[in-house]
Amino acid sequence: MKLLTLDLFYIIAGTFLLLAAGRIALDRTHPQRWGSAVFWGLLALTFLAGKALPPTLSGYFLLALVVLAATKQVGEKPEAGSPLTERVASAARLKNRLFVPALLIPATAILGTLALSRLHVGDLWLIDSASITVTSVCLGAAVAVVAGLRVTGAPVTTPVAEGSRLLQTIGWAIILPQFLAALGGIFAKAGVGAVVADVVAQALPTQYPFVAVLAYCVGMALFTICMGNAFAAFPVITLGIGLPFIVGLHAGNPAIMAAIGMLCGYCGTLLTPMAANFNVVPAMLLELRDKNAVIKAQVPIALTILAANIALMYFCVYRF
Amino acid sequence: MIKLIGILIVGAGFALRFNPLLVVMAAGIATGLVAGMSFNEIMELFGTYFVQNRNVTLLVILMLPVVGLLERYGLRERAETLIRRVRSATAGRVLLFYTAVRQVSIALGINIGGHAAMVRPLVTPMAEGAARARHGELPDQTSQAIRANAAAAENVGNFFGEDTIFAVGAIYLIKGVLDTSGHKVSVWALSLWGIPTALVAFGAMWWRVRVLDRRIERETAAPPAEGER
Repeated sequence: MKLLTLDLFYIIAGTFLLLAAGRIALDRTHPQRWGSAVFWGLLALTFLAGKALPPTLSGYFLLALVVLAATKQVGEKPEAGSPLTERVASAARLKNRLFVPALLIPATAILGTLALSRLHVGDLWLIDSASITVTSVCLGAAVAVVAGLRVTGAPVTTPVAEGSRLLQTIGWAIILPQFLAALGGIFAKAGVGAVVADVVAQALPTQYPFVAVLAYCVGMALFTICMGNAFAAFPVITLGIGLPFIVGLHAGNPAIMAAIGMLCGYCGTLLTPMAANFNVVPAMLLELRDKNAVIKAQVPIALTILAANIALMYFCVYRF
Repeated sequence: MIKLIGILIVGAGFALRFNPLLVVMAAGIATGLVAGMSFNEIMELFGTYFVQNRNVTLLVILMLPVVGLLERYGLRERAETLIRRVRSATAGRVLLFYTAVRQVSIALGINIGGHAAMVRPLVTPMAEGAARARHGELPDQTSQAIRANAAAAENVGNFFGEDTIFAVGAIYLIKGVLDTSGHKVSVWALSLWGIPTALVAFGAMWWRVRVLDRRIERETAAPPAEGER
């Protein structure tokens, strides 16, 4: 038995989404009142009911979310933020106490990961150790809300109201990462990866050790750009290119190949809008006008690291 | 080959700036259909995987109430005030420091960052505050550049600290894939070989924040007054 599980936090998140949907539905001045309310309401249901919902029904919910977003029925109310003068006055009054709740998030994450995961009375465990890092951060968020209410003396409705404002600032993009993960599942089920690996293997002269390294590293980056996720690209490219050519044909070291190969995938992650949670959601969250600004800032970094990885792998993988 | 239609749709759809949710749905449906699934089966798969991957969205959602609350009460303004007192601070140094903290902590298996939990409420106000303290009000394009680089600092720190020292997530995925294909490797060897790239990543970030700081200086330098020069 575990007290704090991911399921508990799914319900908390779902409740928050439902409250946000309710606030929008009650707001007569909201420009996209019903579309937005239904969007967040349906998303709330997938969080609250989750695995209890028949998967086909969740699928059709998802289709409804897509239709609402694509027909521009989901939006935010302009202005909604609090005036700057009010925030400056409040900052001057509360001073560094404002940091306490914010820093409680990482503090709880550290404590949860290192210590709380060991707490138990017989079979009753405090935290589900299977998902310890994520659950600890969730717990941190919950602790921080309580501390935030104490420090600011705000009414309980404020976190919901302000959270709902931020939620609408991000908008429908918030589900893009999760949705892309689902697409990855469908790609895997349909056998897309094997086809990609075949094409690369046939097209390149992999009998040269350097070409094998180049094909594997660039393949990891490119396939990650397509899939948006290095974890999805890794098995495909490693089984399709890395192991047969670098390890099989040229007797390279599989540990070096795989460790650096995964990091080549991360270079791809820095370059793709498909990695929405890293590149697109932050652009919305930081209110950037150019939705590709984060990717553009990362291009020089990603290419530098990728080049270094290729050199590093070529000089080490056949030597150690 | 026909199975690659999904990748094609995603590439074309993103390039043509269709709604990304629509593009992803279309890619999934097309891929499923050419693989011989029925429409209902595809919806079932979408539903199953979407619910399975709720953890991807969970953290961002849970951060919103507390971040919104603290912002309402002036957290970002306070962060800016505080950083103004640090004379040596520049936007670039703030970001580089954050990348280092992120790399080291995630290497120890501790996830303390995030765009919602740290970058929006603390890192960007501090970076912009440091720049304002040195150069006065920032042109809009400058402040946009600082924010984009703050997101990059988070991503680089997160990705390239992870696979070092302590074996976390990705290492087990790597080991799982290699093990099932008959190659026994130790998690320690895998983490060890992540370290050189972690150092290169930090170096690349160092280079980019220097470029950023120079850009801020250039964009905030007052244009020469009439008649001078």
